[in-house]
Amino acid sequence: MFVGYFTERPYQDKSSGYFGATGRDLTDLSMSNRDYDPKLGADLYNRYLDEKVFAEEMGFDGLMLNEHHSTPFCMGGVMNVEASILARITQRAKIVLLGNVLPIWEDPLWLAEELAEIDMISRGRLVTGWVRGTGRESVAHNSQPPFNWERFQEAHDLVVKAWSQPGPFRWESDHYQFRYVNPWSRPYQNPHPPIWIPGVMSRNTVKWAAEHRYPYVMLATELGPTVESFKYYEECAREAGYEAGTQHRGYLWKVHVDETEELAEATARKYIQGPSNPFLEGNQGNVRSFIQNLPGLTSRTNLLPTSQVASAARARGKTDQLKDAPKSDMRGTFEEQSDKMGIVYGTPKTVIPKIRHVLETLRPGSIIFWDGDGAMDHDDAMRSLRLFGSDVLPAVREIGKELELDSPFDVDDEIPAGYSPEVVAAAKAAEARAAAAADAAGA
Amino acid sequence: MGINPSEAQVEVAGLNIRYFRGGSGPVAIKLHHSTGNPGWMSSDDALAEKFDLIVPDLPGYNQSDRPVWARSVRDISILMKSFVEELELKDVTLIGCGLGGWVAAELATMYDAELSNLVISGAPGIKPNEGFIEDQIMMDWEEYVQLGFSSGENYLAAYGEDAAEVYKELWDYSREMTARLTWKPWMYNKSLEPLLQLVKIPTLVIWGADDRITPLTCGEQYSAALPNSSLQVIENAGHCVEHEETSKFVELVSEFIGG
Repeated sequence: MFVGYFTERPYQDKSSGYFGATGRDLTDLSMSNRDYDPKLGADLYNRYLDEKVFAEEMGFDGLMLNEHHSTPFCMGGVMNVEASILARITQRAKIVLLGNVLPIWEDPLWLAEELAEIDMISRGRLVTGWVRGTGRESVAHNSQPPFNWERFQEAHDLVVKAWSQPGPFRWESDHYQFRYVNPWSRPYQNPHPPIWIPGVMSRNTVKWAAEHRYPYVMLATELGPTVESFKYYEECAREAGYEAGTQHRGYLWKVHVDETEELAEATARKYIQGPSNPFLEGNQGNVRSFIQNLPGLTSRTNLLPTSQVASAARARGKTDQLKDAPKSDMRGTFEEQSDKMGIVYGTPKTVIPKIRHVLETLRPGSIIFWDGDGAMDHDDAMRSLRLFGSDVLPAVREIGKELELDSPFDVDDEIPAGYSPEVVAAAKAAEARAAAAADAAGA
Repeated sequence: MGINPSEAQVEVAGLNIRYFRGGSGPVAIKLHHSTGNPGWMSSDDALAEKFDLIVPDLPGYNQSDRPVWARSVRDISILMKSFVEELELKDVTLIGCGLGGWVAAELATMYDAELSNLVISGAPGIKPNEGFIEDQIMMDWEEYVQLGFSSGENYLAAYGEDAAEVYKELWDYSREMTARLTWKPWMYNKSLEPLLQLVKIPTLVIWGADDRITPLTCGEQYSAALPNSSLQVIENAGHCVEHEETSKFVELVSEFIGG
């Protein structure tokens, strides 16, 4: 079992009015960065890096980062910078990026170079992950949403080829063209860092991930639909000619551990306070759905359907409705999330059985605990990390063994999870050619 | 009033293009806004009293096939040139509203053999010397359509308190095609303005004085760049000037053609 640690790194400014009952509007992409205080930003970036280092000391296998743009709920706009620093200041833990927003990169070759450097500096500890991004990301970097899925696939193909095939070569795809692909850096891991795909519910992304044998990491989704998505992954894997296992399943959810039940609950409530991700239920922020569901971001038919389509309904962002919508009832939704195991909190003694339930239900080989978020401060995060280290992680590892929840790093698959069969075959062929050449030279 | 248009399709570059046709007189083609072709509107009835009016769905909009390869408004203009040829139309008055005006202007720069007159209104396609062309991506699309009218009352008169589902679906669907054709830069092509000097046919540029989508500056720039053109600004009208001031719009076009 692989156990990671994650915080979305919210921009926590208690003087901003976004916290608590001040009622300041938290509508996504309507908040000006005139409120941004770089001195506070400096403190927060360093705090979050310190917590990651401590998470490694406490025994976590992976330190996960994510990326969003133009929003206070995630400071990881340039996640690769944080990852680069972690590559140097940590020793053992994997650096798990879930993930870079591929389609918004005008130059994915630059991304290939950055990630290869991170992999080298960390001496092969990078787990790379890629997403299509929300509408916010397309708006923030002005990427044409109707081509998001095409760009995702093309950028993926280019980066993987740049990593795994000797250059120079020329690249001409619909959205990306390069006359000379020959980055003077290659990933430390051969043929490339393992690729994980984080996601929510997109069926075509699940299918695509299964076809490439990339582990699919469900991000804080409800247990029932998560089971269904994993089943769909398995079906797609079978169609692709292999049996998926626990090594192909990842799950991220909110778990906070504390010294007493009372303190655990009071602190866990902070998950949904302040500028934490407004797309997660119970949060205080509003979403402008016409931006999140940009035209063409989801697949459509070529002709206007005669009846109303679901995507149209989803895309119908009515600002008036949003204005009139009651603010989330934080108490109610917190308890609902707690009941559904979306937020797990308690002392180690009460938290461990709840984690067991999630593991038994989903059977993921990789899990990532999401903590220290929302309005939680450094002390909140550190208390939890200490208890994870002393009590929770050892118990979770035992449960993982008992349930035979193997991560990609626990098994010796011929085609390891995180690599597509074509790339593995090409790498083996290249090794064979090199060995034959060495033999010939020796003879 | 009460023209009953026919509905037909023609194939252009392997794509079916649907169009309505009604009325009698000289041939006119009317190209729709970026929000799609809402169907045969009362303004079409008014134009059809003067013209043999053809109202196509631009490629990729409504019931016309999507050219998946198209990446610019100019691509659509090239297809619409073939549309004119396939229908064997002569002496065409090309009328373009909003995005349709941009399509018409691009078309006129490269082809005027069968065109006799050009009318553009509220057309994007040119980078305004001042201000911006409104960005429909950053707002709800119903709000965007409302901005197309000079007043809330005029919008309500056209679409009612709660626009019919078919319109909402159309607006939502249309903006996907629009986002395929223009994104960066938004709603203009830097190479159009210098090429407008090639357009020799007479052009009428009509603008709503209260156009909140495409600034009047664009109308002035079109008029300055087109050698044989005049600008008419209609008071108390917005971007959808043909809906808001239909009789004035038709009168201006008729006078222009008659002249």
